[in-house]
Order: sequence, then structure tokens, then C-alpha cells
Amino acid sequence: MSEEVLTLRGVVKEFDGKTILDGIDLTIRQGEVAVIIGPSGCGKSTLLRCINALEPIREGEILLQGEPIRAGAKNLPSLRQKIGMVFQSYDLYPHMTVMENITLSPRKVQKRDRREVEREAAELLARVGLSDKAESYPRQLSGGQKQRVAIVRMLIMQPEILLFDEVTAALDPEMVREVLDVMLELAHQGRTMLIVTHEMAFAQAIAHRIIFMDDGRIVEEGTPGQFFTKPQTKRAQEFLDRFRFDT
Amino acid sequence: MNPEIIGQYLPLYGEAAILTVELGFLGVLFSAVVGLFCAAVLYLRVPILRQIVWIYIELSRNTPLLIQLFFIYYGLPKVGIRTTPAVCGVAGLTFLGGSYMAEAFRSGLEAVPKIQEESALSLGMTKAQAIRLVILPQAFSVSVPALVANVIFLLKETSVFSAVSLMDLMFTAKNLIGLYYDTTEALFLLVVFYLIILLPVGVLGTVLEKRVRYAGFGS
Ligand SMILES: Nc1ncnc2c1ncn2[C@@H]1O[C@H](COP(=O)(O)OP(=O)(O)O)[C@@H](O)[C@H]1O
Ligand SMILES: [Mg+2]
Repeated sequence: MSEEVLTLRGVVKEFDGKTILDGIDLTIRQGEVAVIIGPSGCGKSTLLRCINALEPIREGEILLQGEPIRAGAKNLPSLRQKIGMVFQSYDLYPHMTVMENITLSPRKVQKRDRREVEREAAELLARVGLSDKAESYPRQLSGGQKQRVAIVRMLIMQPEILLFDEVTAALDPEMVREVLDVMLELAHQGRTMLIVTHEMAFAQAIAHRIIFMDDGRIVEEGTPGQFFTKPQTKRAQEFLDRFRFDT
Repeated sequence: MNPEIIGQYLPLYGEAAILTVELGFLGVLFSAVVGLFCAAVLYLRVPILRQIVWIYIELSRNTPLLIQLFFIYYGLPKVGIRTTPAVCGVAGLTFLGGSYMAEAFRSGLEAVPKIQEESALSLGMTKAQAIRLVILPQAFSVSVPALVANVIFLLKETSVFSAVSLMDLMFTAKNLIGLYYDTTEALFLLVVFYLIILLPVGVLGTVLEKRVRYAGFGS
């Protein structure tokens, strides 16, 4: 089996005394594409935010290639470079052009040469079909274009694992596809990905493994084939029924 | 109105205007420094300092500048701290302006969505880098209108400097009226000189507001 990129053991997260993540165990291996699905409010976003130490956890441990990730730790900025994250809301820096958005962290954090970074940024922009937008400001872009830029901005950091939190949930329907296509392309390149989505057809197409969460726990895991045709638990069954119209 | 009198008064007003601008400029500058510091303390929720800043802001905003000046000029010498009128004026203006500047900076900082900092952190920045490169530029562009309004407000407030015998514009006007009773000319020049000082500030402010609007939100 390939190397473990991300390991969670017994992760517990509370907000104001309320348990939001209730003992999460999860391992993501090199090249694996795992998709988390589950009802709204079950803790999916919180889980991704904990992995990135944007939220401290109460119990358990999170390891990135064996190194513990802890909120407030000194090595956090360097660990976070290895974790690419794209959020649901558009989060490009509004005061910078697309090119500046993409090159800021490579230059200021990784101290890479400006020319080299700009060349790479241009290549990546071309790959997501946005060559002509390098000098645009975020407000001049559509939602789908913004999310593609956000993906490029995290890819240029050369992360080991990519986290996506419902990146198409706020998009107009006709823009969903252009973003999902970019993610499919990344999966085909063999990237390690952990994706939260409500796009069931997409989940089925991209995932090696489906992780079903409910109420702060992982309730069921399986291949898309197993999960979508023969879910093992009642809760997964009920959840999937909500997305079907033919029954 | 007598042009001859205006001609005689002009140099006096010129000198007073220079004093007003000098002290006003220093007061605005120090206010901005104090304001930025206080806003940072509030934004970063620094324990203890935060309470002190809060008390300072309430004190500063809820007392008139005149009282603050009297306190510094007549009160502090009683505990051995002696100041010149100029230092007193600048200190008073800073004490007043610091809280207004703090509010302007703070509202700018709070207008920047939390997700901006989080994405900067997730892209490997330290908190300090995120603040400097991502948050402050956006906060500043939100703050500019309030900052410009504060500068104009503070420059106008210098008119109470005469209370601690600083020979500013107001002092000059009152003095001349008291001596020669040429009320019309003295007040006319007072208005003209304040306009000469404040109008450019307003125009510059508008230009600045336009220039930083690129950071427009709702993106
Ligand atoms: N910052 C927060 N403070 C308090 N409660 C929160 C916070 N963030 C999320 N929650 C709560 O945690 C639960 C899980 O939220 P979230 O992880 O966003 O769910 P999902 O992404 O699965 O919809 C929800 O009940 C939500 O109200
Ligand atoms: Mg969510």
C-alpha cells in the first residue's frame, strides 16, 4: 500500500461545549481521492478546517506524513504549505490581480524567484482556461473563474494533499462543470485529494472512496460502487434517498 | 470690509496658520500612530492592554478637547509634568484623535472577512504576514473615508488651542477683535484661512478614496 499522507486518530472537536466531531479516524493514502458526503451541519467543513489547524481540536491527533499538526505550533506555516485548501466562499484577495493572488505566497512564503513563479502561474492559468485573466481583479471574474483561480493559487504551493470544501456550492449551475472538470483533471494526475461535495454524480465519478458522515462521526465508508448501490447503514440510505426522484 | 485692514492682518494670520498646520499635522500623525496601535490591540484581542485601550477610548471620546487641554496644561504640572503650550496642544490633539483613528482603523479591520485571513494562513503565511499583506491593505481602503473625516475634524479642533495661549488662527482672530474691534475683517480672514487649510485636505482625501477603491468588496 502507498504511503499515508494524512492520518486522523480519535479527533474530537467541540464548539461551546457541543461536540461537533466525535472521534474521527481517517487515513488518506498517496494518490487517493476520498469524498466526504453527509447532511448539512454534520461537521464536514469543521473536519477540513481542523486538518488545516484553522480550528484547534480537543482530543486526538492529526498527522501529515507523520508530522503532527497542532494549532498554534511553530511549524504550522510550513506544514500548511503542504495542505492545499479551497473554500466554498470565494476568498481571493480583492485588492490584488489574479497574478498577484497566485504569486503572493510562493514569493513571500517560499521565497521563490518572481519570474519563475510567474511563469508557472501562467502555465497553470492556461491549464484551467484562464490565460487571459492574469491581470484581472477578482471582482471582474465570474464565480466559476474565481474558484479556478483559487485552485491554481493553492496548486502553485505544491501541496501534498488537496482539500476542497463544497467549492461549487455557491456557484450558478452553468459554472459548476468548469470547476468540477479541473478537479477531475487533478484526480487523473494522481493527486491526493479530500473532497466535500453535494454533487453526487461527481462524487461517484471521481472518488476511490466515499466517506459518509453524520452527526460528527464517520458512519460508513466504501467504494462509490458499494456506497451508492448498497449503502450499509439506514442513515446513509435515508441520506441518499433525498437525492433520488425516481422512488 | 476694509482691504487695508485685511492687508495689515494678513501676515499675522499667515504666521498663525503655519502654527495651526504644524501642530495639527503633528497631532494627526501621532493620532494615527496611537489609533493604529489601539486598533491592533483590539483586533488581536491582546489581554489586559485591550481593557486599557477600551478605557482610553471611552475617556477620549467622551470628554471635550478643551477639558483635555486644561488637564494637560494646568493639571499635569501639579504632579510635576510641565509642558510648553505647543507640546500640550499636540498631546491634547493626539489624546483626542487617537480614539477616533482607532475606531476608523478598527472598523476597517472588521470589514475584512475572516476567510481572507484563513486563506492566507492556509497558503502558508504566518499571522503577521497575513495581516501585513492581506488584511491591512483591505482594511485601509475601507478606513480611508473615516480617516479623511478624522483629519478634517482634528484640524478644526485645533481652534481650541487658543485656550492654552497658543497663537493659532482662532487666538489671532479673538485677539485682533479684542484690540481693534474690526470684527468683520478678523472673522472673514479666519474663515478664509481655515478654508485654505481644509479644502486641499478634503480634495486630497477624495482623490485617495478613489485610488484605493480598487479593493472594492463584494468580489
Ligand atoms: N465557529 C463555530 N462556532 C460554533 N459552532 C460552529 C462553528 N462552526 C461550525 N459550528 C457548528 O458545527 C456544526 C458543524 O458545522 P459544519 O462543519 O460547518 O457542517 P457542514 O460543513 O457539514 O455543513 C454545525 O452545527 C455548526 O453550527
Ligand atoms: Mg460545510
